[in-house]
Amino acid sequence: MDVQLKINGKVTKVSIEPDEMLIKTLRREGFYSVRCGCDTMNCGLCTVWIDGDTILSCSYPTFRAVGHEITTLEGLAEEAAILGDCLASEGADQCGYCTTGMMMSAMAVRRKYENPTEEEIRDYLVGNLCRCTGYESHMRGIVKYLEVMKSQEVAP
Amino acid sequence: MKHVGKSYKKVDAKTILSGRAAYTEDLIPANALVIKILRSPHAMAKILDINYAAALKIPGVEAVFTYKDVPQVRFTLAGQTYPEVSAYDSLILDQIVRYVGDAVAIVVAQDEKTALQACDVIKVQYEVMEPVLDIHTAIDHPTVVHPEDDLIYNMPVGGEPKRNIACSYSRVVGDIEAELKACDYVVEDTYFDQATVQSAMETFRTFCYIDQFDRLVCTSSTQIPFHLRRHLARALDIPASKIRVIKPRIGGGFGSKQTACSEMLCAFVTWKLKKPAVLIYTRHEANNCSTSRHAREWNIRLGATKDGIIQVIDMVALSDAGAYGTHAFTTFTAGEHKSIPLYNKGKAVRYESKIVYTNHMAGGAFRGYGATEALWPLECAVTKLAKKMGMDEIELRLKNLIDVGETSLVYEPGEVLESGLLKEAVEKAKQMARWDERPHSWQIDETHRGGLGVALAFQGSGVAKFDVASVEIKLQDDGNYTLYTGSTDMGTGSNTVLMQMACEVLGCPLENMTCYEADTDVVPFDPGSYASSTTYVTGTAAKMAAEELRSKIVATFAKYLDVAERDIEFDGLTARTLDGSNKTMTTAELAPKLVVSLGPEPEQLVGFATWGSHTSPPPFMVGIAEVSVDTETGQVTPLDYYAVVDCGTIVNPTLAKVQAEGGIVQGLGMALYEEVRYSSNGHLETNNFMTYKIPTRQDTGRIHVDFVESHEPTGAFGVKSIGEVVINTSCPAVQGAILNACGANLTTLPMISEKVFHALMANE
Repeated sequence: MDVQLKINGKVTKVSIEPDEMLIKTLRREGFYSVRCGCDTMNCGLCTVWIDGDTILSCSYPTFRAVGHEITTLEGLAEEAAILGDCLASEGADQCGYCTTGMMMSAMAVRRKYENPTEEEIRDYLVGNLCRCTGYESHMRGIVKYLEVMKSQEVAP
Repeated sequence: MKHVGKSYKKVDAKTILSGRAAYTEDLIPANALVIKILRSPHAMAKILDINYAAALKIPGVEAVFTYKDVPQVRFTLAGQTYPEVSAYDSLILDQIVRYVGDAVAIVVAQDEKTALQACDVIKVQYEVMEPVLDIHTAIDHPTVVHPEDDLIYNMPVGGEPKRNIACSYSRVVGDIEAELKACDYVVEDTYFDQATVQSAMETFRTFCYIDQFDRLVCTSSTQIPFHLRRHLARALDIPASKIRVIKPRIGGGFGSKQTACSEMLCAFVTWKLKKPAVLIYTRHEANNCSTSRHAREWNIRLGATKDGIIQVIDMVALSDAGAYGTHAFTTFTAGEHKSIPLYNKGKAVRYESKIVYTNHMAGGAFRGYGATEALWPLECAVTKLAKKMGMDEIELRLKNLIDVGETSLVYEPGEVLESGLLKEAVEKAKQMARWDERPHSWQIDETHRGGLGVALAFQGSGVAKFDVASVEIKLQDDGNYTLYTGSTDMGTGSNTVLMQMACEVLGCPLENMTCYEADTDVVPFDPGSYASSTTYVTGTAAKMAAEELRSKIVATFAKYLDVAERDIEFDGLTARTLDGSNKTMTTAELAPKLVVSLGPEPEQLVGFATWGSHTSPPPFMVGIAEVSVDTETGQVTPLDYYAVVDCGTIVNPTLAKVQAEGGIVQGLGMALYEEVRYSSNGHLETNNFMTYKIPTRQDTGRIHVDFVESHEPTGAFGVKSIGEVVINTSCPAVQGAILNACGANLTTLPMISEKVFHALMANE
């Protein structure tokens, strides 16, 4: 079936299977930041935003996204570059496979909380698994990123 | 030093973190056929008949392959240097299936949905056999897991496959029983570790196509491109020269990708059909149909005299090879060298195991590679011994700890520990954890108790006398450099580290170098990234290659600037004359002249070096775990983990720190959460992230890492390794912390609340 999707602010016409999940559609459209790490909605690698809220695109039927704003990491390139740099400076990227999904949650946490505590960050990102880093460097990178965004007075 | 010791960001960080195409799945050629594997529902069965006529009738199904279609040449999937120690006991598809999930048929279709549909309509008739599911009854079990006569061992490893013994190992030094009798204190216990799963976030995946020279190109998420090429050649029964293996960016390995997995199946399809094809494992397949850590049951006895000297270390294991012998022998033997030498003051040692075939998923390589398993019983028993002797656990360890220049009963003749700041590391860890300033067992509140526990660990750096790496560095025609390596950065940042080491010699900034890795048509041979080898083995080769290139560049500048070589000062980009002529010339000016016949001697300048080590210098780690135990439920919560690592010279402190943090947390997963559970008929019940619980960011407590830097004389710039040692202390340190907190003596992993609760009840 043919549907219109609004991905990163741009309206695109795509042809999808009725039972297709959003991750498949997005990857086919070239949004490679969206990755799959499990079959059971446990890993958070496929995190994207629907109308600004984080969802797991592996279990979100594409047709449900019609009429909503889909945002991937590619659509937040400027802010993602700042966050990415903060993470890289802590070596928190490691294999990088889970990082882009985690970054979607990290960029969302800045919008959900005014001044998130480490506890709140951990709580918000708990569904984003990582096997490489042990998570400590994520926290250092995210705290740094929140400070940078604040000092640059970027509104969430 | 200019570059070594500096925390560079990884050279590919920007690209990776922007989501650009980099991983195998991002690069699949258009129109690649999709492969799905029909898998065995039985733990041990013989295929009597496969009927796939109905599958072939489904539009879009391209082919179905069974055991009748594949070459009958047995091979190993283990990524090891030739001749591999692992038995050649595998076929691409076999008439006998040896675990639930073993491959039965390969289904090829236009898309995934069609391939799955086709799998559903294939009818297989099995002769189901009684599976071997308990290591205790495996030897001489009526069912022989590998009854075939064409199983090959490259070297004697004590295998008796007809008795389900994949291999066996025994080293006895001294008279164990007599020495134990002479000891004032003896502790004995049985410990069990599980076949934990590496769980790299990117599952196994491979795509293949045929190139314009009619060769097979295999792009795969692998740690071992050259070993893989050799294995593919054997499995497909074609010359290795017909195969090119490319490793793109990979999403984690931890040893899982040191064993081939999806590659044989995918390569077979493409070679047969001459069409591009792709095989991506689901998480369920990745955790259920690959290779894991080896499960072992350890009987350990330690004996000490009242002066505090550990006189006897007696470790006898029964190990589960699983269905295939991948890394079965070497993981066990590696554990010996990386555990027992810690305490070298004694008189007798035994280290022994039968490693048995069963109908579980095969064991393989997982970070720590046998050392993690061996250090678990050893360090738990040392803690138990200290308690029995009424000694501080660290004091007992320090009293028996090996020192630089000393040997061990299990070292080769003439072998000594050549470097290490072991006592300094222990002291530093004690200070971090305030070990001497507070009790190691305390009441937190009405229902919670706190505890501290400690463990020490060694590992190795590369495989001594076996693994050899080559590195090539070219001065390109634009005056910049390219470093070629067959090592495989799996996200650790090893490419960045190699560049730091090469640029240290050449003098140029990292920006003037490109690292090209892991393409067997282009890069020189390297075993791949495993055994904590890349910084030490490949890094030392990189330094040597850079030295050769540097001296060639200086000599060439001397010719062009008409001065003696000693009068050239070269910073990696610009040469200056020191004889007073004050001439300068840059590599950007020189390099173009070297690739046309106008200059004195056209010659593209290349540095090349091959290096392997006679030794595998052990990095050292001290881990102190602080936990809280809920005495009503048995729930263990890790609070803090204090770690000090001596990995020799640190090339990139930030990346080394993250290696340590990540390793500790993987170890905490093994210690507390990651349970491997089989059903009574051999189904792995914990084969996805819903049931196999790797730690989340709320399950780790806080990790504190520091370093002491010894200088390893055999490694470039004094390096050893960091990748694996960091996973080794978590299990025994947490075990000791639980013991101190509440008196529960846990002997099986993972130490879940039920077990702690039962131990507490038993104590009451």
